Amino acid sequence: MKIEQAMWLHEEHELLLEELCELSGLSETELRELVDYGVLAPVDSDAQHWAFGADRLVVARSARRLREAFELDPHGVALVLTLLERVHDLEAELRDLRAKLPRRQQ
Amino acid sequence: MKYKDYYGVMGVDRKASAEEIKNAYRKLARKYHPDVSKEKDAEEKFKELGEAYETLRDPEKRAAYDQLGSHRPGQEFRPPPGWERQFGDGSFSFDDIDLGDLFAGIAGGMHRAGRRGGKAPIPGEDYEVTAHISLEDAYRGTEVDLELEVPEYDGRGYPRRVRRAFKARIPKGATDGQRLRLPGKGGKGLNAGRDGDLYLNIALHPHRLFRVSGHDLFLDLPLAPWEAVLGTSVQVPTLAGSVRLKVPPGTRAGQQLRLAGRGLPKPHGGEGDLFAIVQIAVPTVTSERERALFKELAGASAFNPRGHFEQEAAK
Repeated sequence: MKIEQAMWLHEEHELLLEELCELSGLSETELRELVDYGVLAPVDSDAQHWAFGADRLVVARSARRLREAFELDPHGVALVLTLLERVHDLEAELRDLRAKLPRRQQ
Repeated sequence: MKYKDYYGVMGVDRKASAEEIKNAYRKLARKYHPDVSKEKDAEEKFKELGEAYETLRDPEKRAAYDQLGSHRPGQEFRPPPGWERQFGDGSFSFDDIDLGDLFAGIAGGMHRAGRRGGKAPIPGEDYEVTAHISLEDAYRGTEVDLELEVPEYDGRGYPRRVRRAFKARIPKGATDGQRLRLPGKGGKGLNAGRDGDLYLNIALHPHRLFRVSGHDLFLDLPLAPWEAVLGTSVQVPTLAGSVRLKVPPGTRAGQQLRLAGRGLPKPHGGEGDLFAIVQIAVPTVTSERERALFKELAGASAFNPRGHFEQEAAK
């Protein structure tokens, strides 16, 4: 059986604006709006062709799914994504704290 | 063709208004949206819900669905005579077809059952699955077996469900919550639309010894009171086999002893660290001789572990 290679969605891989559009299903206008609202940031906002960390694809796909499911306007999508990001940060912090808690009390 | 109860999925009456259907969708979407939900099978439930809503929100599709009658979910059935002529192009075979794919193909006003109208490229659907792997597998890299049921289209654009099984290589460097993408492994695109992707969400099984945060690992290191006081050198397990760790004299409980680079490898080079968290283990069974020695120590020691209580009280 052929073995498929999985690709990292990691900030060290970069996706061009057009690639991010194609893979997330968002239009270029929508993506630029998310950048304007501070939800997504290109690696270098002064660059002529914007590139994004591949991990941003997860956020862009969430944006598209949220917009579709709840018919949210761009501000609504940005708000939900900002809150989701906070939830993820808090979950990571909680995971970190749990990892540091001793498991076995003697 | 197997019947799917779209009204049941959405929890609405067959006579529900368009507004009621929309409200039911929003309510369930909040519960099962994969970006928001903590439910175990959220992804699957959300897809099921989306399929039901896509059919029931469109008056033409809903009418076509209603005329299929009411059956038990999963029951094999055939549409009533004339159905495919009314809603399709009459040349359609209902064997081996998924009801959702069939309705996805009935574009508004196109009257083409199963066939996606027009020549515009339609990208294939993306899929998302969680791959549960062990910490050891994440450390070394691993292969996972994946099985998906995706729609494919024949030469005329008729959809068929195909089971696809394949192995995916997860390179070393994954950690909990890491996402990977398998390009082109989702649903097939139509009219030269690109194939969908498969997204893998990595979830690590809990480990008996190590706890994970990012690429760092945490391990409890129990020490006997005298080991903590006098210092020692202990054998500590790591994912690459055990190593010796020097415990300096006067080590306190809760202190983290860092083993640099002994955590999980990072995708682009470098490694996380392993932290051994010191616990002072107290023997529960002691011999007469040990008790005597502890008593002697208690008498000889001027150590006051609660000195700060007294300082606080004196303020």
